[in-house]
Amino acid sequence: MIPPPASPKPLLPPGARSRAALGLTAAAALGRFELQVCGACGTVQYPPREICHRCLSGELRWREQPGTGELIADTVIHHSNDPYFRQRVPWRVGLVRLDAGPTAVVHLHGHCAAAPSRVRVGARLDKSGQGVLLAFPIDEVPNMADDPQLRDMTCDPKSRKVLVTDGRTEVGQAVVRAIIGAGAEQVWVGHAEPCKDLPGLAALEAFAQVKLLPLDLADSQSVKAIASEIGGKVDILINTAEVHRVQGAASPGGVEAARAEMDINYFGLLRLAGEFGPLMRSRDTDGQSGSAAWVNLLSVYALSNFPSHGTFSASKAAALSLSQCLRAEMRSAGVRVINIFPGPIDDEWSQMLPAPKLTPAALAKAIVAALRDGVEDVYPCDVAPD
Amino acid sequence: MILQSGEDSVVEIGQPRDYADVVLVAPVTVPYVRHSVHSAHWFVARALSRLIEESGLDKADIDGLSLGSFTLAPDTAIGLTQHVGIGVRWLDYVPLGGACGIVALRRALRAVQAGDAEVVACIGADTNHVDSFRQSLGNFSVFARDAVLPYGSGGPNASFAFLTSYYMRTYGATREDFGKLCVAQRDNALSYPNALFKKKLTLDEYLNARPIADPLRLFDCVMPCAGAEGFLVMTRRRAAALGLPFARVRSTCERHNAFPEDQIQSRGGWVLDREHLYGAAGVEPGDIGFVQTYDDYPVMSVIQLEDLGFCGKGEGPEFIRRHSFSTGGTFPINTCGGQLSVGQAGCAAGFLGLVESIRQLTDRNLARPVPGARFGMAVGFGMITYDRGLCSGAAILSRADV
Repeated sequence: MIPPPASPKPLLPPGARSRAALGLTAAAALGRFELQVCGACGTVQYPPREICHRCLSGELRWREQPGTGELIADTVIHHSNDPYFRQRVPWRVGLVRLDAGPTAVVHLHGHCAAAPSRVRVGARLDKSGQGVLLAFPIDEVPNMADDPQLRDMTCDPKSRKVLVTDGRTEVGQAVVRAIIGAGAEQVWVGHAEPCKDLPGLAALEAFAQVKLLPLDLADSQSVKAIASEIGGKVDILINTAEVHRVQGAASPGGVEAARAEMDINYFGLLRLAGEFGPLMRSRDTDGQSGSAAWVNLLSVYALSNFPSHGTFSASKAAALSLSQCLRAEMRSAGVRVINIFPGPIDDEWSQMLPAPKLTPAALAKAIVAALRDGVEDVYPCDVAPD
Repeated sequence: MILQSGEDSVVEIGQPRDYADVVLVAPVTVPYVRHSVHSAHWFVARALSRLIEESGLDKADIDGLSLGSFTLAPDTAIGLTQHVGIGVRWLDYVPLGGACGIVALRRALRAVQAGDAEVVACIGADTNHVDSFRQSLGNFSVFARDAVLPYGSGGPNASFAFLTSYYMRTYGATREDFGKLCVAQRDNALSYPNALFKKKLTLDEYLNARPIADPLRLFDCVMPCAGAEGFLVMTRRRAAALGLPFARVRSTCERHNAFPEDQIQSRGGWVLDREHLYGAAGVEPGDIGFVQTYDDYPVMSVIQLEDLGFCGKGEGPEFIRRHSFSTGGTFPINTCGGQLSVGQAGCAAGFLGLVESIRQLTDRNLARPVPGARFGMAVGFGMITYDRGLCSGAAILSRADV
């Protein structure tokens, strides 16, 4: 028997960092560019260290930076010593003197003018999941997100194939519309009850990119079947499925409702992870053809229980723990796991709660922004940040 | 402040004692190979063996060892004493890359002067296994791992691409200027049997070579390889008694992390030390018969020529256009070809210029001799742990009779 051709092992950029450098990663995961600032003398320093190189104080704090600076020198690397970059050369990098003081080696966006020029440095997570610095042109230019180096570090939905696991809810439908608006090439939309004519689904089906699939996260066989059909093609998986009951712990007869929440919010994620995880992980990390991201709709109540929504909070806490496991597992394939932590959403389950509440459209917008910026943890607010 | 040092000499701090009573003998090279299955330990042992042959000394006569190497891990210099079976009373480990030859030399000279050792073997040796260069990049420094390697992993080529493009833009150097240096050095290398590059290089070949990291192309970059270099430091009296030809050391300098505020490197610590360097040697730049620059990239040769006073800052390009740089021409540099044509055998590269200088000044040439050279200079530079080379050093040597 002839063995099947070996599938390429996903390559990642160098991911080893010293402990001091992890602050850059922690901030980049939240979409922020932070550097160490000395609490004693105010010096901003980079590369990270455990002491201030000027006054030797150990009181260093990570502080957000404006990132403006001068590109002093730039180069295009044609020959790299690392297999990941070998696959991607030519690769543009630069040396930037930040206005804040230090000099940084950065990935250089294709639209930055040759040195000397003004640039704005930001932080992103690269495919290894570590924070790296990128220099952008000072002013936005059209199609900036199309830069292949930037695209390698983000999960922009443009031209990608996306699965939204539940299109029955307002949130799910808003996400589908936002993803199509962001240029997704194809959007598979799960709906667990194909025989029902649910509001809004027909409108979604009118989009040429949309294909409805009978995906039911409560049913292992359904998840398996859909995964075998499309799992090898999904670039971005957005899990919007959730069950939400309004009940606490000290109320009678809550077990069945809590079980239903767990069955979708926790076991549903586990079923998806078990079937789609290996398929998405097995693909190459190449920015143009590889899987890019896995988005979990969690809740701020995953972090701290909201008693009147107690069992729901508990199920989301379980999902958060599982998603941390998934993040670690998907990292080796360069697939980013993004967790969304909304507060109360303006849907039927939070009718009793006062404003501010997040509209489904604002939530969908936050998800698209997270994919575009390549952040890992998002706390969307009620007022869209535009 | 005045320091009493012995009964008959008084040395002022900042006015270091001269090197009149200590000399350099037995320049040796373990021939370079592109890749080797041997360990760095083997290259150290071969160099030591060559030093014994060359000097006629007994192994037991060597009572000091200074070792520069990147690839001894998990060993350092101490493990090597047992490995090669020597007992020493003075030991130094100087893994400073391109500066390790100059730094080893300075310390060994003082050790012998002070009587801490009688004969110090100074050796720079490294092996190069397939893939060991790539692995060493990731282990080179914390800053390189955290803040350079993840950015395309271009290695030193990318770092020097920045410095080169900045220098070209700021001082008007052209690719042709750098090419002229590389072509002249290759011409010098054709007479040196240990050079890994044995074919003439034309300017056209230089200009049209494979791009590596703009503006650098293939022949701007050294080839990592395996090999070793070494020499002995002993008293002048001992060398004379043994009948060994020797070179004298007229002055030296070293400097680390100079100019940290410069936004990008376009000068090195030599700027701070050149006055002392020439003053202590009692010579002018015009007296120097040849210069062995640390030529890991041609831009560094130009920066060294400027910073060491052969021309003014920014006058490098014009200086290149005025000289021919080959051994028989005006202003000979890298008379055995330099690392650009010989190969870069790790820390041995930090010794290459010194060993070649000793050969030139003791008439033990392997490469073409520089006619009439009485003084020569060897330059050290290295350790680009983040965005710039941190170490700089230099030594002015002379013939025995000068």
